Amino acid sequence: MFYNEEFETLPRPALEALQLKRLQAALERVYANVPFYRDAFNATGIKPGDVKSLNDLERLPFTTKQNMRDSYPYGLFAVPMEEIVRIHASSGTTGKPTVVGYTRKDIDIWSELMARSFVSAGAGKGDIIHNAYGYGLFTGGLGAHYGAERLGASVIPISGGNTKRQIMIMQDFGSTVLTCTPSYALFMAEEAKVEGVNFKDLRLKVGIFGAEPWSEAMRGEIEAKLNLDAIDIYGLSEIMGPGVAIECIEAKCGLHIWEDHFIPEIINPDTGQRLAEGERGELVITTITKQGIPLIRYRTRDITSIIYEPCLCGRTHARITRMSGRSDDMLIIRGVNVFPSQIEAILVGIEGVEPHYLLVVDRMENLDTLEVHVEVDEHIFSDEVKILQRLAKRIEKEIKDKLGITCSARLVEPKSIQRSEGKATRVIDNRKL
Amino acid sequence: MKVEQLSIFIENKSGRLAEVTRILGEAGINIRVLSLADTSDFGILRLIVDKVEQAKFALKEKGFTVDKTEVVAVEVPDRPGGMANILQSIDNNQINIEYMYAFVERGGGNAVIIFRFDDTEKAIEALKSNGFNIIDGQQLYSM
Repeated sequence: MFYNEEFETLPRPALEALQLKRLQAALERVYANVPFYRDAFNATGIKPGDVKSLNDLERLPFTTKQNMRDSYPYGLFAVPMEEIVRIHASSGTTGKPTVVGYTRKDIDIWSELMARSFVSAGAGKGDIIHNAYGYGLFTGGLGAHYGAERLGASVIPISGGNTKRQIMIMQDFGSTVLTCTPSYALFMAEEAKVEGVNFKDLRLKVGIFGAEPWSEAMRGEIEAKLNLDAIDIYGLSEIMGPGVAIECIEAKCGLHIWEDHFIPEIINPDTGQRLAEGERGELVITTITKQGIPLIRYRTRDITSIIYEPCLCGRTHARITRMSGRSDDMLIIRGVNVFPSQIEAILVGIEGVEPHYLLVVDRMENLDTLEVHVEVDEHIFSDEVKILQRLAKRIEKEIKDKLGITCSARLVEPKSIQRSEGKATRVIDNRKL
Repeated sequence: MKVEQLSIFIENKSGRLAEVTRILGEAGINIRVLSLADTSDFGILRLIVDKVEQAKFALKEKGFTVDKTEVVAVEVPDRPGGMANILQSIDNNQINIEYMYAFVERGGGNAVIIFRFDDTEKAIEALKSNGFNIIDGQQLYSM
């Protein structure tokens, strides 16, 4: 099923021709209207007219999160404020937030791409979409909302929080599609259990989860507990918001990035060199239709790879593989690179272990230490000390065997790890570097 | 012939044991026997109480992980050699003890030993045939 069959299945040569045409127009626009880009292009000696093929994109400079911070709040906008109809901002964990502005046409395209995403996930006009992404400056809530309305589905703008009420509404309103972060989905499953509600009795069939990296193992966990198909969605406010890329329900294998609006590249994050198809590296995206804040070669800091192989769903748009994390989430423990999602996959693979975990990193006598906190619930509890100690040892061993990191597993009481209604906190880094 | 014991997972941090006993106290539950197995990170509190189901419910409601297991309570004379005697008998029958704890009966000349065996049924048979007095759960809960 497609929302916009013509564009979603455009043969690659036509798609690439469209990309080039749109890229050239976007470069002209930013060169004319954004001093930052004019200066950056001039510094590398490239004029927009020099870009004659998609490969020439490689010659252009990157845009970074820092560039956006330096231009706070509106420095990178390419249109006058009268044209801007919406402003969003990403949570600034360090210092000021990153601000993005949308023209009416930007909102229109975003709504369409989000509608395409819903259809790709298996949702349709007749669905009741329970949108538990936060509404506000965060793009999740409104992004999914506009896409659901564009699709013609019935959207419940419940936003995050008040989980008991969420469950009651899912039950009473007959929600069929759930949108939220994967960690919140699991939290809902826990709360439902406390309330005596079985997800098998609900009408939910699909969940669209994103805004934080999650593992394939966690998908299995969510699908079993919530009795639905769990679909991975990707987006970031700098580029647009949710709906930049999404899995198709047919394959559940890689996220189709809407290439008629975005050009993806994978680079080596250390050298900036472009990597070949299938190689893992940092995702770089160029927006080619955006008006409010077009970004050229934006470094997302997300680590993934790209595949151009045709997909069984019929879409011709390239797929990015499941994110292993953000390059800034990557932990370096005694020189070993590790993403929290890799540890999560190991934990979920151990029978009975719940995907609620916390990684505590510290430094003792100049050595990095990693403590993995895992909650002990009835499935893994035993009245015998040795059985629990064996479990802790097994966690330590599997992490050591698979990731090469020595850690200490710490068993903690159930629900003692903080639950999140938005993005989960998985890491506490106490190192003073 | 068996006794129901509750085991509770407790993190090794201040106030957790107090919290468990407070919850039980407020629920009107009387603790008959307790034992705590501890490691550097966590402990397992094992309890025999007068009202097992109510105690389990009260603790679970407060978010504790609680498990119910069957243990065996055996009465032995409270005198030198009393314990050695029964342990020898258990060993002779090749039964493994996972853990045990004991208390002395009020006013009487007997001690009560609580055992967790790897094979509870076999242990009960062996102890009975060797003439040991096994205490029934109901008797222990109201002791």
